[in-house]
Amino acid sequence: MTHADLRAAFLDTLCNVAPDIDPATVEDDEHIQDDLGLDSMDVLNLVTALHEILGVDIPEADYPQIATPAQAVAYLAKRLG
Amino acid sequence: MPSLGADMDAGKLVEWLVEPGDTVARGDIVAVVETQKGAIEIECFEAGVVQNLLAELGTELPVGAPLAMILAEGEAPPADSPAKATAPSPPAPPAEVTPPPAPSAPVTASATNAPVPAVAASPPAPDGTPPSSPAARLRARELKVDLATVTGSGPGGAVRLVDVERLAGAPPARSPQEEMRRAIAAAMTRSKQTIPHFYMSQTMDLHPAMTWLATRNEGRPPAERILLGALFVRAMVRAAVKVPSLNGQVNEDGFIASGPVHAGLAVALRGGGLVAPAILDAETLDLDATMAAMRDLVTRARAGRLRNREMTEGTITLSSVGESGPESMTGVIFPPQAALVGIGAPQVRPWVIGDSIQPRHVVTITLSADHRANDGRQAARFIAAFESQLSAPEAL
Repeated sequence: MTHADLRAAFLDTLCNVAPDIDPATVEDDEHIQDDLGLDSMDVLNLVTALHEILGVDIPEADYPQIATPAQAVAYLAKRLG
Repeated sequence: MPSLGADMDAGKLVEWLVEPGDTVARGDIVAVVETQKGAIEIECFEAGVVQNLLAELGTELPVGAPLAMILAEGEAPPADSPAKATAPSPPAPPAEVTPPPAPSAPVTASATNAPVPAVAASPPAPDGTPPSSPAARLRARELKVDLATVTGSGPGGAVRLVDVERLAGAPPARSPQEEMRRAIAAAMTRSKQTIPHFYMSQTMDLHPAMTWLATRNEGRPPAERILLGALFVRAMVRAAVKVPSLNGQVNEDGFIASGPVHAGLAVALRGGGLVAPAILDAETLDLDATMAAMRDLVTRARAGRLRNREMTEGTITLSSVGESGPESMTGVIFPPQAALVGIGAPQVRPWVIGDSIQPRHVVTITLSADHRANDGRQAARFIAAFESQLSAPEAL
């Protein structure tokens, strides 16, 4: 998967968890909790969905590494690498 | 139309999930009603066979209005089945309501949801005022519209709500967000005006719970992980079992303690507002089952698919700031309950352990309690029980 594919997949999953977010308006450095308003249940749902879709099991200790779309894409690329 | 939750007195029927001839059991979802707090699934309170549907889709119906007639097994239908309930809510003041006609055939004690039209159109008055529905009369009064000037579109020229609103150029219906704010405003105003709140707080060590949880979740796939919030719910439920005077509802006769703990959960909705549905019989659920129930409840709350019992039967509610943010929260009791547990965001603070001071994750819980049902002693016992539960998370 290219970075662009991963970014699209991450945003798609994010917006499924929080349907009111418009993927077109999400900035790469926005924090999913502080800026986009996800709570702990949303983050767990996001991580669960990423596990199902991409097969990447993100441990709790790594949650800070997916805090923004840019960080998440880099993290997922490394894990899938 | 069953009760829909604090200060919601009407709902709009938007979907039937049964039809005449269907067999229904107690607890079956039979209809979906749109309320100020989103769509609510209506559970059936009786078992039997659906004889006929009395309420029409799209109708706004007050709590108590008949939705359908269900016949118990072996029960014969009444000779004179009632007409469909077509008149919308809210009912007019008593003086203007035509008394509901007695059923022409005796209704046996087992007949459920006795089919009595909730509202009736008024007959034409001698002064030429056209017949009108109660909702139309109420709205006409609000909008200062003379009913005699309205052309009715209902049967026999009866004036309906829409006729009044069209003539008055009334503003369009409020947005779901506005309706949600009104529902919250009504419930919270009632709470603060009628419930003598008092509060008690305690900051407690969260280290054992967080450490235990991290170990428990390590190596498990996301679908099997547990959130800290589930530990708080379990601690609240077990503390509520220990202090029954905080677990129940207050009605006209005073506080009624509940055997089961129906654990309310304040769920913030994306886009604004919140709902506080309850995990029913939470005392029967272990930690894993509690987490599964929370996940299900939050998902359905956000999708607007809660059930009426979840909206009305809560006996104590937990409201949490979340993972980050302010350290404490003093909440407003969700009527008709008698207690609310407010949980601040965990913080790292200097903490005395033995003779040393260590940086430690701590959390502050604040119990809001109804002074009519409790005194400080019960509140203090609850907080001690909560802290004790949280200090031994492996037993939750």
